[in-house]
Amino acid sequence: MAGLLTPSTRRSRIVLGAGLLGLLALPPLREAMESDMARHMLVQIPLLALCGWLCAPSPATGRNLAGAWDRHGIVGILTANLVAAYWMLPRTLDNTIASAAFEAAKFISLPLLVGVPLRRCWSRLPMLGQGFVVANAVSMLGIVGWLYLAAPVRVCVYYLVDQQEVVGRALLYLAGAITLAVLVRAFVGTAQSSVPFHHMASPQRHPHFDHQGRGSRQ
Amino acid sequence: MARSLAAAMAVIIVAVAAFWSATEGFRVFTTEGARRLDVARSPRPLPAVVLEDQDGRRVGPEWLRGRVVLVEFVYTRCPTLCSTLGEVFGRLSQALPGVALLSISFDMEHDGRAELKDYALRHGADGDRWRVVRPTSGGDLRELLDTAGVVVIPDSWGGYQHNAAVHLVDDRGRLVRVLDFEPLSALIDEVTPWLAS
Repeated sequence: MAGLLTPSTRRSRIVLGAGLLGLLALPPLREAMESDMARHMLVQIPLLALCGWLCAPSPATGRNLAGAWDRHGIVGILTANLVAAYWMLPRTLDNTIASAAFEAAKFISLPLLVGVPLRRCWSRLPMLGQGFVVANAVSMLGIVGWLYLAAPVRVCVYYLVDQQEVVGRALLYLAGAITLAVLVRAFVGTAQSSVPFHHMASPQRHPHFDHQGRGSRQ
Repeated sequence: MARSLAAAMAVIIVAVAAFWSATEGFRVFTTEGARRLDVARSPRPLPAVVLEDQDGRRVGPEWLRGRVVLVEFVYTRCPTLCSTLGEVFGRLSQALPGVALLSISFDMEHDGRAELKDYALRHGADGDRWRVVRPTSGGDLRELLDTAGVVVIPDSWGGYQHNAAVHLVDDRGRLVRVLDFEPLSALIDEVTPWLAS
């Protein structure tokens, strides 16, 4: 699939990813995204990760090195998870608005340490690992969403309390949507298009592991 | 396998360090929490600015010296939080006769002397032990807010939201604590030891 992309599609992915990153970095767009908590957390941050995902080389390239240092893609996915979680802390969200250094760190780390590892490592992650990551994401989104709705105080000094409620509700919806997608996928085998990770996970539908435990795609 | 494990450990170590620094050792998760911790750890003098109270009298830095002062930041049109803060201050002035109270308005455009007077009458500020004031310049206001770590953002109804708290200033004019205004009993317990010294 992705590994078989022709060079021109690969180039267009990079152009798209880099273009999106440049667009998101434009001061007016940054201001528009970050003036609202929901746009900041639910649009800008995922889009920054998407930039890296688009620009990343296909998982098929550099396999030996990746296999040696990150056997099942666990290190990459762990990195992506931790970096994403870091930028979800209310204090770091505030810091990106108050400090240019934090803002730059966000713009660099989300594409490089979330988007790139997601594309490089997701398909190498064993099915069990993928399931764990998705289940973990659902519970984290649910807990954070509920906390934001139930918090008696504003968690971010730069955001209004009503925006916090919008984010809380949106995170709960997102958790619900992912759960639903997983259920649909579990019970309706052919309904691939309704699964959010199908584009990344589909190569794993028939994984083949050799006797040394190294996975390869068929 | 060993190399993957080493890579995973390295990632975890870096992540723990990053989270440790972002949360001050897993103690605070919000900017407000960090501000309170920072003030408690390193008290700082309030800027020496001149304020103007509800009767048009000046309140200089010398007024802060030699007494414990509780400071709140408000805007007088505030329908919710600042009214609560006003009530809390009213109850504090009765519960703690030894403490002085200062309500500072950050809404310089709207809050003139008349508005301050109205706020004072509404909540029972006597103009002596409890004064309602406004800064006399935007620069002074900026300096006050920055020192205290107060962030004011406009809301969608023409008002403001801000990190509301009670700021404890000791007898040397230093901001030493940022405290919750609820529950009142806990606030009184926090302030009382400072009055004795």
